[in-house]
Amino acid sequence: MLEKHQFGLGLRKPHYRDFLEDTSTVSVDFVEVISENFMVDGGRPLHVLTRVRERHPVALHGVSMSVGSADGVRDDYLRRLRALVDRIDPIFVSDHLSWSRFEAFNSHDLLPLPYTREALDAVCANIHRAQEVLARTMLIENPSSYVSLPGDMTEWEFLKAISGRTGCGLLLDVNNIYVSASNHGFDAQTYLSGIPADRVRQIHLAGHSQGRELLIDTHDKPVPDPVWALYASALERVGPVATMIERDDDIPPLSDLLAELEVARDIARGKLRRAA
Amino acid sequence: MTLTGLQQDFRSWLTLEATDAAARLGDRASPGLAVYLNNYRGQLMACLAESFVTVRAWLGDAAFDGAAATHVDRRPPHSWTLDAYALEFPDTIEVLYPDDPEVGDLARLERSLGLAFVGRDAESLDLATLAQVDWSTTLLRLVPTFSLLSVTTNAAAIWSAMKAEQTPPAAAILEVPAVIAIWRKEDAPTFRTLDSAEAGAIFMVSESRTFGDICASIANEVGEEEGPRVAGSLLGRWISDGMIDGIAN
Repeated sequence: MLEKHQFGLGLRKPHYRDFLEDTSTVSVDFVEVISENFMVDGGRPLHVLTRVRERHPVALHGVSMSVGSADGVRDDYLRRLRALVDRIDPIFVSDHLSWSRFEAFNSHDLLPLPYTREALDAVCANIHRAQEVLARTMLIENPSSYVSLPGDMTEWEFLKAISGRTGCGLLLDVNNIYVSASNHGFDAQTYLSGIPADRVRQIHLAGHSQGRELLIDTHDKPVPDPVWALYASALERVGPVATMIERDDDIPPLSDLLAELEVARDIARGKLRRAA
Repeated sequence: MTLTGLQQDFRSWLTLEATDAAARLGDRASPGLAVYLNNYRGQLMACLAESFVTVRAWLGDAAFDGAAATHVDRRPPHSWTLDAYALEFPDTIEVLYPDDPEVGDLARLERSLGLAFVGRDAESLDLATLAQVDWSTTLLRLVPTFSLLSVTTNAAAIWSAMKAEQTPPAAAILEVPAVIAIWRKEDAPTFRTLDSAEAGAIFMVSESRTFGDICASIANEVGEEEGPRVAGSLLGRWISDGMIDGIAN
């Protein structure tokens, strides 16, 4: 499975035609989509995804499950996602270690959690519930964060704890590690050393921007060199897992992203050769 | 601080910019909280701009952004899907532009087209079955994306001109309010302004009245001789336009 689905790209509107009309130029092992964009009743988005699914394995990546909500995950959301899972038969279903909803308020942003024992209990209960409704194991992604909240453990210790307690896999976003390490002053290598490597099923790569005081996870630029370097370190730690590049703004022609994906392939080949 | 307390404070910061709530999240949080606030508002503003392209073009960027910012202040989002955030924007538009009713009509038309875009797919209508139907007792089923919109202005003409990149007509109040039918044909949302005879007939379809009743009603309006021809012509158009996806006796 992992060998087959090694390198992928996000399916974004400007590239729909590339994916639908000319398979010979789209050399990806899988595509990833934002789940919520396709949790609709019908119409073109679902038709496009169904046709793309006939050609490529698909990973569903969510942004609204809100596994960190203090008042639980919403069953209506989970049922919608389950319907999409049943339709697409994805290789992965993932969401973020964050919260976006509290009571009737939904921020539509990936808000930070305090890494406390109370939050750990809430997140684990929510992941358990999600995995029960979805009838499958999820992947949880480390977020970029811009505030550091008081807690009982580090983010990597928190991720290790939730994967241990819920059986979920991890989606390691290398750019997010880089951004958060810069923003909060921790060592990215220490982070990599602390994650449970055998739980990592997928890696995300992306670019970021320099804000006034903080790095911002903007997904609007090519993957920068320091993130490539951290990707190489991550591969040493976790081995060959599915890797994809996220680009959500200032989206370039697909050929540019395929060229970027080739860099990921080169790095992975080099690491694997060295390991062998 | 409990997780519940933290999430309450974060909500207060994002929706009200409550500085007491921000202070409880910690001194060191302040530059980061500004990032989250910017992301929150920016995401919602972008959602409205993408959902109301025509309204934005009609109002101009600055006026639209002002309306969108007002909406973000008035209506915090509550659904898991960002698409739902656009649904209440026409209400804000109508409050902000009480003397320019075409703006509200444009916004409601654009919202309806957006809903049709991702609405449930229609069944395919088996034309062969139509030949054996007893039309006097037949019920017509509108496609799932079908909706009707009542307007008082020439918003439909404005929308069509702007979509075709032509100079739109000046806003005008219609002599009589009009009914616009909105639905999705294959993958494309579409709409048509109905004349009063067609609007009356479509209302009857939506109320599950038989085609026989609809024919009788049309005959009442246009006479016994013309009635069947007009009804047949409407039915043919509804089918060819993809407004009907099933019949039942």
